[in-house]
Amino acid sequence: MVSCLGQVYGNASSIHHFGQAAKQKLEAARRQVAALIHASPAEVVFTSGGTEADNLALFGMVRAAGRPQAHIIVSSIEHPAVLASAAQLEREGVAVTCLPVSANGTVDPEGVHRAIRPNTVLISIMHANNELGVVQPIAEISRVAREAGVPLHVDGVQALGKVAVDVDTLGVDLYSMSGHKLYAPKGVGALYMRKGTKLAPTAFGGHHERDRRPGTENVPGIVAFGAACELAGRTLAAESERLAALRDRLENSVLGRISGVGVSGRYATRTPNTSNIYFDGVDGEAMVIALDLRGFAVSTGSACSSGAITPSHVLTALGLSADRARSSLRFSLGRATTAEQVDALVDALEASVAHLRRISVHA
Amino acid sequence: MSGGVDSSTVAALLVRQGHKIVGMTMQLWNQRRLPELAPETAGHGRCCSLDDVYDARRVAEQVGIPYYVVNFEQQFEEQVVQPFVEEYLAGRTPIPCTLCNNYIKFDRFLEMADSVGAHQIATGHYARVRYDDASGRYQLLRARDGSKDQTYFLFGLTQKQLARTLFPLGEMVKPEVRELAREMDLAVASKGDSQEICFVPNGDYAAFLNAYLKDKGVEPQSTRGSIVTTDGRTLGEHEGVHHFTVGQRKGLGISSKEPLYVISTDSQTQRVVVGGNDDLLCGRFIARQLNWISIAGVTAPVRAQVKIRNKHAAASATILPTADPACVEVIFDEPQRAVTPGQGAVFYDGDLVLGGGWIG
Repeated sequence: MVSCLGQVYGNASSIHHFGQAAKQKLEAARRQVAALIHASPAEVVFTSGGTEADNLALFGMVRAAGRPQAHIIVSSIEHPAVLASAAQLEREGVAVTCLPVSANGTVDPEGVHRAIRPNTVLISIMHANNELGVVQPIAEISRVAREAGVPLHVDGVQALGKVAVDVDTLGVDLYSMSGHKLYAPKGVGALYMRKGTKLAPTAFGGHHERDRRPGTENVPGIVAFGAACELAGRTLAAESERLAALRDRLENSVLGRISGVGVSGRYATRTPNTSNIYFDGVDGEAMVIALDLRGFAVSTGSACSSGAITPSHVLTALGLSADRARSSLRFSLGRATTAEQVDALVDALEASVAHLRRISVHA
Repeated sequence: MSGGVDSSTVAALLVRQGHKIVGMTMQLWNQRRLPELAPETAGHGRCCSLDDVYDARRVAEQVGIPYYVVNFEQQFEEQVVQPFVEEYLAGRTPIPCTLCNNYIKFDRFLEMADSVGAHQIATGHYARVRYDDASGRYQLLRARDGSKDQTYFLFGLTQKQLARTLFPLGEMVKPEVRELAREMDLAVASKGDSQEICFVPNGDYAAFLNAYLKDKGVEPQSTRGSIVTTDGRTLGEHEGVHHFTVGQRKGLGISSKEPLYVISTDSQTQRVVVGGNDDLLCGRFIARQLNWISIAGVTAPVRAQVKIRNKHAAASATILPTADPACVEVIFDEPQRAVTPGQGAVFYDGDLVLGGGWIG
C-alpha cells in the first residue's frame, strides 16, 4: 500500500508504464478479494466502502430493471445504507416491503417467499447484522429468490472476515463488502456482482471498473483491502474460534455476575465478534460514556450526525421495549482483544451498572 | 457546551484552574424536524445545530477534555416543548427556558453527570451561587453583569441542584468573558450571542405552534374569536388567542385613535380583550408553584423587588403568605404594566434571589 503512495503512483487507467504498474496492483487486489468470497475477479467492483456498494446495488438494480412499478424486499434490521436507500427509492415510486425478524433477529425465508410479487426486482437481506452479529439464512433465502427469478443482494459488510463466505454456496447475485471491517484503511469497499447481473451505473464520467463504477480508483486503499482479504482468509478459522471463546467469556461472566441482563440474539447463529447485551434499569448512553472514560470503547444504537445516540431500530425490530433498547450495549471484539481486557471490561461493567442503578433509584 | 462563547470559556477556564472535567452538549431538538419553518437555515446556525456541535467539539479538543453529545430530545419534547404548546393554546405566555432549566439542564443533565462519575456541573449561565452558613442554605445571586443576569430563568433550582452547580461566569461581565476567550485563543471567541427561544426559529412562536401541531397530526383546535374592549364592545375578529400576549400592541389589525394593547386573553371564551396603556397596569397578583431558594419560605409579609418578565426592572412589592403554602400574593408599591399569566415572578432582595413562582 505504501508503495502506491510513492513509487507506484500511476493512474491505473493510464496507458503508460506508471499506470500499468498501478493497474497490476489493482488487479492483484481484485484477485485477492475475489478469492476470499470464491468469486471470479471480474465480478468484483471496487467502491469507496460498504455504503456505496449498497447504494449501487439497490439503485443500480432498480434502474436496470426499468420497470415503471418496481418492487423490492428488504428486512427491518438492515444497515441504514440499505434502509435509507430503500426509503429514497420509495419516494421515487418504488414499492418496498420491509420484512420483520424473529425475536432472535432472523429473517424467515418463508416470509421472503410470501413477499415476492410479479414485479419484484430485488431482494436485499444482510448476511450478518451489525448490532447483533446474527447471521441470516442466506442460502435458504437465495433458493427462494432463485425459484422466483429475483436477484438477491446481500450486505456482507459485517460478515466478511468473520465467517466463511462463498458466493456460490450462498447463492447471492450481489454482495457488499467494506475494507475497514477487515482492518484495511477506511474508504474502500467492493460490490460483488455475479456474472450476467444487469446493473445500471449510478455515477457517470469514466470507464473504470468496467463501466460499473466510474472514478479514478483508490489504488492504495484497494491494494490494502486486497492484502487484508488475503490475511483474513488465512487466519479466519483460528481467529473466529478465538473471538467466539472471548465473546462467550464476556457473556457468561456478565450473565453470571450481573442481574437483570440478557443477550439479544443469543440463540441465533452469530458472528464471533459481536455481542449485544441489555442491562435493565441502566441508561445505555450514560454507560457508553462512563465506560469510555474508563478506557473501554463500546457502543449503543447508532450515532446520528451530531454524535448523539438514537434508540436502535434493530433492537426495536426484535421486539425489545424502548427502555430495553435504550439499556443495550454493543460489544465488538477484534484482533487485538485479549482475555485480560475482557475480564477488565466485565469488572468495569459490574461497577458501572451498580452505580447507574443506584442513581436511577434516587432519580 | 452549546458551542457558544460562554460555555466554551467555562470549559477552558476550569481546565486552566486544574479541574478534571468532561464536556457535554445536550442534543435537545432536531432542527430539521419542522422543515417548513425557515427551511433555508434548517439545521444550521441555531441551537443544537451541527455547526454548534462542531464548535463545541473543537473547543473540547482544543482544551483537551473528553467530549460527548447526549441525546435528551425525548425529555425536552415532553417536559419543555409540549407544556410550551399547551400553555400558548390555553392563552398564557410560557417561558420554556425555565422549564428547560428545571427539568433538563439541572435535572436530567445532573443525573447524566452522576452517571459518568462527575460530582458537579458547570454551565455558562450568568448567575452566582454561594453557601450561607447562617441559614444553612445555598443562595442564588444576580450576576455581576446585570445586563446578562439569567437568574430570572433559574428560580426553580432546588437546594440539591444548587449544591452541585458552578456558574464560573457569575463574577464576570460579558466583555471580560470574550476577552478571556480571545486570550485563551478559543475559536468561538467572537461568535454572536444567541437570543431567541432555541427551538422557535425567528421568534415566530405562532408558526412554530402550527407546524408542531401539524407534525403531531393534531388539528389545532380553532381558537378564533373576537377582539373586545374592556367595556365589552366588539372591535373585530382574530385568528386564534395563541397569536396574542398581554401587553402586545402590534398585529391587532384594528385601527384606533389611541394605541391599543392586549390586556388579557381568555381561552374559554376565546376573547382577546384590548384597551389603553393604563388598562395594562396591575397592582397585585398571585404567584403559584413557589420555589424558595435563599429563604425557606414566608410566614409573614416580606418586602422584596419582584421581576415579572426577563426584561422587567424588578419593582418593589410586599409578598404576603396565603392559606396555601404553595402560593403567595404579591402587592406592588406602584402598579406594574402587563402582568402576564404563564410568566415567572422572581423575588429579589437586592442581588439575592429569595425564590419565585408562576403568575397564575
